[in-house]
Amino acid sequence: MSLGQLLSAPPAVVAAGVDVFSASLRAQGAEVTDVDWRPPGFGDPADLAALVLDPRRATANRTAVERVLAAGSVLTDVRPAREVLRLADRTILHAGPPIDWADASGPLRGGLIGATLFEGWASTVEEAERLLAAGEIALDPCHHHSAVGPMAGITSPSMWMWCLEDPVQGGKAYCNLNEGLGKVLRMGAFNEEVLTRLGWMRDVLGPVLAQAVRSMAEPLDVKAVLAQMLQMGDEGHNRNRAGSLMALRELSPAVVGVDAPSSDVAAVLRFIGGNEHFFLNLGMPTAKLAMDAARDVPGSTMVTVMARNGTEFGIQTAGTGDRWFTGPAQTPVGLFLGDYGPDDANPDIGDSAIMETYGVGGFSMAAAPAIVRFVGGTVPDALATTERMYQLTLTENPAMAIPILGFRGSPTGIDVVSVARTGWLPQINTGMAGRVAGTGQVGAGLVQPPRECFEQALAALAQEARAA
Amino acid sequence: MSSPPRPGVRSVVLRSGVYADSVRLMQVSRDIGARDGVSAVLVAMATPLNLELAAGMGLAPEEPATPEQLLVAIAADDDAALAAAVAAVEAALAERQRSTASAQAVPARTIGAGLDALPADGPALAIVSVPGAYAVAEAADAIAAGQSVLVFSDGVPVEHEVALKRAAHDAGVLVMGPDCGTAIVSGVALGFANVVRPGPVGLVAASGTGAQQVSCLLDMAGVGVSHVLGVGGRDLSEAVGGLATLDALAALDADPATERVLLVSKPPAPSVAAAVSAAAAQLSVPVRSAALSAQTPDLTAAVEALLGDLGVAVPEWPSRSGADDGALPGAVLKGLYSGGTLADEAMLLAAPVLGDVRSNTPLRPDLDLGTDLAATGHVVVDFGDDALTVGRAHPMIDPTLRLEAIDRLAASGEPAVLLLDVVLGYGADADPAAALVPALTAARARTTLPVVVALVGTEADPQGWSRQADALAAAGAHVFASNAQATRHALGLLGARA
Repeated sequence: MSLGQLLSAPPAVVAAGVDVFSASLRAQGAEVTDVDWRPPGFGDPADLAALVLDPRRATANRTAVERVLAAGSVLTDVRPAREVLRLADRTILHAGPPIDWADASGPLRGGLIGATLFEGWASTVEEAERLLAAGEIALDPCHHHSAVGPMAGITSPSMWMWCLEDPVQGGKAYCNLNEGLGKVLRMGAFNEEVLTRLGWMRDVLGPVLAQAVRSMAEPLDVKAVLAQMLQMGDEGHNRNRAGSLMALRELSPAVVGVDAPSSDVAAVLRFIGGNEHFFLNLGMPTAKLAMDAARDVPGSTMVTVMARNGTEFGIQTAGTGDRWFTGPAQTPVGLFLGDYGPDDANPDIGDSAIMETYGVGGFSMAAAPAIVRFVGGTVPDALATTERMYQLTLTENPAMAIPILGFRGSPTGIDVVSVARTGWLPQINTGMAGRVAGTGQVGAGLVQPPRECFEQALAALAQEARAA
Repeated sequence: MSSPPRPGVRSVVLRSGVYADSVRLMQVSRDIGARDGVSAVLVAMATPLNLELAAGMGLAPEEPATPEQLLVAIAADDDAALAAAVAAVEAALAERQRSTASAQAVPARTIGAGLDALPADGPALAIVSVPGAYAVAEAADAIAAGQSVLVFSDGVPVEHEVALKRAAHDAGVLVMGPDCGTAIVSGVALGFANVVRPGPVGLVAASGTGAQQVSCLLDMAGVGVSHVLGVGGRDLSEAVGGLATLDALAALDADPATERVLLVSKPPAPSVAAAVSAAAAQLSVPVRSAALSAQTPDLTAAVEALLGDLGVAVPEWPSRSGADDGALPGAVLKGLYSGGTLADEAMLLAAPVLGDVRSNTPLRPDLDLGTDLAATGHVVVDFGDDALTVGRAHPMIDPTLRLEAIDRLAASGEPAVLLLDVVLGYGADADPAAALVPALTAARARTTLPVVVALVGTEADPQGWSRQADALAAAGAHVFASNAQATRHALGLLGARA
């Protein structure tokens, strides 16, 4: 037993707890690092002990996170949700954990109303509300269908879906098409302008993109675009400028080659070019592919989903399958459009926290210093945020390199145990929807999950570890 | 959301050739909007979306706008506020952003993160002194990172200890502790340890003060130690089964600097002692036991035997004579200890001579003092026992309880010989004599109270053995480097012979 060379030379010491030892070590000239230890932010000490002593955990977490890193993402098709998700008629998918109409917040209700009108299931807002309130339209989370959707995540049968595949592990993931900014369905707006745009997306944008994508000799490597974005000032959640332009560049030749009126082709290109979040709906299913690859690894304490429905924040872990752990969604802090203010903002909403679950977005804030100004912070704050997230995560993703950190890989694979022990919650960058149905976007900012999600997940994982 | 602007004045201007990104403009809008006298602000590129927002705020420009233009629209209560706000917008747009200083280093919150931040080369060791219920997570981090860990925390559940030590064994590293207060690793003194010379003797210690006594006596004999590997007071119990002791012995066996090993402990569980002996016999390095028992009650004797093994002459152990108070036949022994193993040693030496000695850490359960530290008769108190350190520092750092006990003893009038230990070294009181001398002087002024001190330390310790010994002797105490010698001297003053 060599104790890893411990007896061969004076060791560097890392100390957690009372600092009287560190002082006398320093007096001897020893190299000492003091850990800024504090009691766990939550969790029964016995639960934490059961997890840190679970002999399966280290291997299970390695397995889970290696699947995340290995996952690729290519764009294979664009198809209506009705076909590709086999969505039953009168079914609408939404963001976050399961919820019914009675508990739905303003923007989610707005999106549901809009989709009900858009599908022609109702001809007036009142009729749509009545159908939804009566449960005559089924609601189901996107995440239950290998799908994700930003903000309200409203996905109805006639909407076209990006279809992505993980060529390494064979997974599939789907996401609707991004509508742009301002008054949009995903932010809870449903006026004529919104419905008109959705109609155009259904009749023109979707078919053109479908033809274009199917005509590409090489499918678009979406993961590669995401990786490049981080080199160009995007973090892939709240800032998608470079990614959207790259997507436009990659898709344009195929779009131009589509057999469609030139005015439609021009409109499609103008629409893509005018929407700096166009790429988000490609980035999200890329992250979803990676996180789904890590599902169902018994003993793993890694988070596979973080998602919000505007009322509740929900997470899932690799060790607990498709079980949701939920808590009340928080209201983001940030900057507001026009004279909207904090009172206008709805609590956190959207599946887009899949980006942070994957290690980009708020976790890679250091790659996108512009984002930190949403909360009046500084560039050092952005660097510090990413540094903190490294302490919550299992590994670094070499494919998602952060230039300013010396191309260190993004912090990837949130460990529920580390969240409890550090007391730091994951940092999420997000858009803000108006609280009142129909408002649309009011701002953008930063938010954290409620600790309750992680508290429940920790207890459930510990229970499972004891039973194993 | 938008309430209509208050009656007042407004300025709506479109400017060309100015661009700022939307985040910067949102910040400017927010800052200007927070000014007194400003009721509404929109500073934004004149995109259709922003023009719609401006219209909603009653601040739409009158002339046609293009998205390349910057819209600066402000409503204020009066002209002065408006002018100030317009100027503030100009200033904000012209302002250069603060330089991007490097990030504030984010401190590690766990042992895992701390080890992760170390450079990859060279050995590392984790020290964990967090509350016992949380120690397991920090210790497990070290094991997972392939590093050994010293767990100073007490109150660690024994099942955690066993699980950690098994995991450490599998990972080829060592868990020292829990409740391990003393170690010296490659010359680095950890916790309560003395400044001793390097040398050929490796110690495996289930007892902190025992290891300190042994390493100090070796130093005084001119023999140094290679390493002192603490294993925690429970390691040789049935429940733990000597897991860390066996690994520490194997590690010292493989260490080229270690030529002989001394195993120091309180009385071990017999089955574990047998297993450890059997394992030790398989090693190439000679292992001698200094495990206290009724048959082997004397750490000094164990050191002397080891010196014999090494062919080193046994020196006269340092001592100082105190006041000659004469013998007190029939008086009682009052041992007030800070070191648990030293207290055990004193009781083991005294019991055959004096008969039963009562204690808060008794040799037999029926001798338990309970909470009555002022009981009459022969008594040895271990002030370092967990029950007496709840909510206060160890008596090697905080002497308050023991000083009170000395005062109480002098006031009781019970004829007694006072036996104390004073432990020097890293982590201990910077000048224990400074507090003890006035207490002893006051007590001895009140009654006849012979005082005998076991002074565990070395000349090189921060407190200096001689400096402390001289101060204590000047107060009338008889001072011995060997606890066994100190105990025997006290027994002699009681008219007894050990």
